[in-house]
Amino acid sequence: MPDLSVNLLGIELSNPIIPASGTFGYGREFAELYDIDILGTFSFKGTTLHPRLGNPLPRIAEAPSGMLNAVGLQNPGVDKVITEELPNLAKIFHKPVMANVSGFSIEEYAETCRRLDGCDQVGWLEVNISCPNVHHGGMSFGTDPMQAAAVTKAVKAVTTKPVIMKLSPNVTDIAAIARACEEAGADGISLINTLMGMRIDPRRRAPIIANTTGGLSGPAIFPVALRMVWQVYEAVSIPIVGMGGVSSAEDVIEMMLAGATAVEVGAANLADPWACPKIIEALPAAMEKYGIDRLKDIIGGAHHG
Amino acid sequence: MKQVTYTIHTNNPLTQDVYRMVLEGDTSAITAPGQFVNLTLDGLYLRRPISVCDWDADGLTLIYKVVGQGTDQLSQMRPGETLDALAGLGNGYDLAACPNDPVLVGGGVGVPPLYGLAKWLIRAGKSPSAILGFNRAEEIFFDMEFAALGIPVTVTTVDGTAGLRGFVTDAMPEDAYVCVCGPEPMLKAVHKLASGGQFSFEARMGCGFGACMGCTMPTVDGYKRVCKDGPVLGYGEIKW
Ligand SMILES: Cc1cc2nc3c(=O)[nH]c(=O)nc-3n(C[C@H](O)[C@H](O)[C@H](O)COP(=O)(O)OP(=O)(O)OC[C@H]3O[C@@H](n4cnc5c(N)ncnc54)[C@H](O)[C@@H]3O)c2cc1C
Ligand SMILES: Cc1cc2nc3c(=O)[nH]c(=O)nc-3n(C[C@H](O)[C@H](O)[C@H](O)COP(=O)(O)O)c2cc1C
Ligand code: FES
Repeated sequence: MPDLSVNLLGIELSNPIIPASGTFGYGREFAELYDIDILGTFSFKGTTLHPRLGNPLPRIAEAPSGMLNAVGLQNPGVDKVITEELPNLAKIFHKPVMANVSGFSIEEYAETCRRLDGCDQVGWLEVNISCPNVHHGGMSFGTDPMQAAAVTKAVKAVTTKPVIMKLSPNVTDIAAIARACEEAGADGISLINTLMGMRIDPRRRAPIIANTTGGLSGPAIFPVALRMVWQVYEAVSIPIVGMGGVSSAEDVIEMMLAGATAVEVGAANLADPWACPKIIEALPAAMEKYGIDRLKDIIGGAHHG
Repeated sequence: MKQVTYTIHTNNPLTQDVYRMVLEGDTSAITAPGQFVNLTLDGLYLRRPISVCDWDADGLTLIYKVVGQGTDQLSQMRPGETLDALAGLGNGYDLAACPNDPVLVGGGVGVPPLYGLAKWLIRAGKSPSAILGFNRAEEIFFDMEFAALGIPVTVTTVDGTAGLRGFVTDAMPEDAYVCVCGPEPMLKAVHKLASGGQFSFEARMGCGFGACMGCTMPTVDGYKRVCKDGPVLGYGEIKW
């Protein structure tokens, strides 16, 4: 019997498959389709201190082998997540969940994490630093090592839960950002968030997405994501959660060989709501094909010397 | 919602760019007229949402207009080929909320879901009438099918080449209860004239089943997902 389990920052996962934030809501829609306890865990929708309505429509566009989204972090706010979503979740999911947190100032990140720190259901905090810093000309926290470190420090100061910093790929040196987070006390790194892109409607001669730009995800970004996971693995010694375009058991194995301890699956859930159960089901055969007995043995296995 | 592999029975043009596709396969997930299916097409990442026009135990009918790559590909598919679909998406029209004589108002490819609705209303003992709006005579489809249900049908064309010249609103009785599907400017104009009813919306969708927040719109009761809480919204919920 092949062993699919991995250990992510002190918590055992029965397998490394984690639906990615923003593609799985708070679990409810998928729990109607399958038993979501089969997942390693999942990362819930990006949650902010205050409720957010998100961006105007259209928010979605097709892309070659992928999609663009500009949802704009629509979420009910952390208090409602704690009082309504988490109690609902307790009925359908019986494992620690990954809490994905976004913010527009360092104080906001810290306060949101502080409130989630009191929730027993939350196993990890995944801090999305792809958001614009309103006090810093709107530049994303994730594009500046100093800002990334400042968010990490502020969050670490208010929680005892493992803190996973989720990096933006829209940078020239991903390793430098990862290193800054590690030095500031991050327990883990997850990557990649979406790559900024756009589409134009030639008939209207205007961008399709109301927000002009959107984040590219799906198979189109898999090689970029894999390369970045590889680079971050070489740069830091904390665990990595890899994602970006993962859609098959083979992709999971590649991600883990590049250095991922666990693997998130995003856009694939939207195109095929049963994508994650299918990947989990396909993993044993893929492992057998490559002579893998224990999945955890291959983490970073493609790095030699 | 159910994932179903349908087999194409027929796929024929009704006008220059509108096609009728009849699919065979499991329809058990479809529970109300106005619901939609989300189709996977070769080489395209996102599924394409198309309303269910009509269905029975053995299959369903879709009517779609070729507007881009996905619908163009759909139009080239042949009988015997298969289509992967998520079926039974969205809320659909609420029959119980309809009075005895609702006016069904459709524009262009908004017409198809009203056909299924008309059938269900008749089956429920109600007496609907229909107003079907098109741009010009050559674009008219399904007027005969509606008439064959034995209900009053008014056709309007913008250029007056058939039926009543003008927009669907020019044919609307005052203070009607309406069930509407069509482009948003039409929904808005109809909403202004009607006294109540149900309105079917469109949005670009990421998932079609409520997971991604790609399709939400503001309503009187806060934001709603067109794909899951809609596509049909009640008269009083709508905020333009
Ligand atoms: C609930 C619902 C029911 C629908 N029912 C019908 C129907 O019965 N008959 C019919 O002809 N059309 C219907 N549409 C519109 C239909 O989904 C689009 O015309 C179709 O997706 C266009 O795909 P494409 O690849 O040909 O065009 P492209 O423009 O190449 O598509 C690119 C992307 O934009 C999306 N898109 C483009 N236009 C629309 C649109 N109007 N609404 C939503 N997404 C769009 C596509 O799904 C795709 O993701 C419906 C839409 C919705 C939301
Ligand atoms: C519709 C949508 C919404 C997303 N929302 C969030 C979010 O709220 N927070 C976040 O950290 N990432 C968000 N993401 C990014 C994904 O979690 C993931 O990092 C990215 O999509 C790459 O993985 P994929 O190619 O498997 O989708 C979102 C992605 C999509 C497609
Ligand atoms: S399309 Fe994903 S929530 Fe509606």
